[in-house]
Amino acid sequence: MEIETKAMGRVTILEKQLINLAQGFYGFGQYHSFALIDAEQKPFIWIQSTEKPELAFLAIDPFLFRPDYEIDIEDSLLAPLKIASPSDVLVFALITIPTDGGPITANLQGPLIINRENNEGLQAILTDPRWQTKHDLVAESSAGRGR
Amino acid sequence: MLILSRKMNEKIMIGEDVSITIIEIRGDQVKIGVEAPKTVKVFRQEVYEAIQSENRAAAKTPVNLESLSNIKLQ
Repeated sequence: MEIETKAMGRVTILEKQLINLAQGFYGFGQYHSFALIDAEQKPFIWIQSTEKPELAFLAIDPFLFRPDYEIDIEDSLLAPLKIASPSDVLVFALITIPTDGGPITANLQGPLIINRENNEGLQAILTDPRWQTKHDLVAESSAGRGR
Repeated sequence: MLILSRKMNEKIMIGEDVSITIIEIRGDQVKIGVEAPKTVKVFRQEVYEAIQSENRAAAKTPVNLESLSNIKLQ
């Protein structure tokens, strides 16, 4: 199918790129269908609404920039995703690039969790104080490289 | 909105499974115990609002990603 995107105009996407967020993103609860599309800058991806072209989130695999990242969530909160195996889980952190030139940040407190077997996803809220809504992507990815 | 008074160790029931207990009152701080099934999400309001507001900021990310080209990830 073809969809209109925020960043790349009209794009052809495959069924397997679609995800369904029954609850939507916090603050954007009315939008449920999104497509995962590689951004021109890898390994970033766009999480593009298929319902509203101007709604798209840039995201990244959080473990790429914080190898020490951990997600500890009650299984019951993930139950709607019907995850059969941990290897079916995809995790993304939303990226914010401020227009005022401030640091590029990743939201590690509110990760998107997807079951890639059924493409159902949800935005979790982590309670571990280590994970905040704004982690400086540049500072923390270079700090972690020495480990 | 329901507004009511509670004393220490008194509870409020919300539905059949959620109870809120006033554990301690000290100055302008109140310590509250929340008992709820694990399927019920319980957060401080600030946490919920922080995620919402970060999502709104993330949605404003410009489509020009040149600023990412210098970031070296593992």
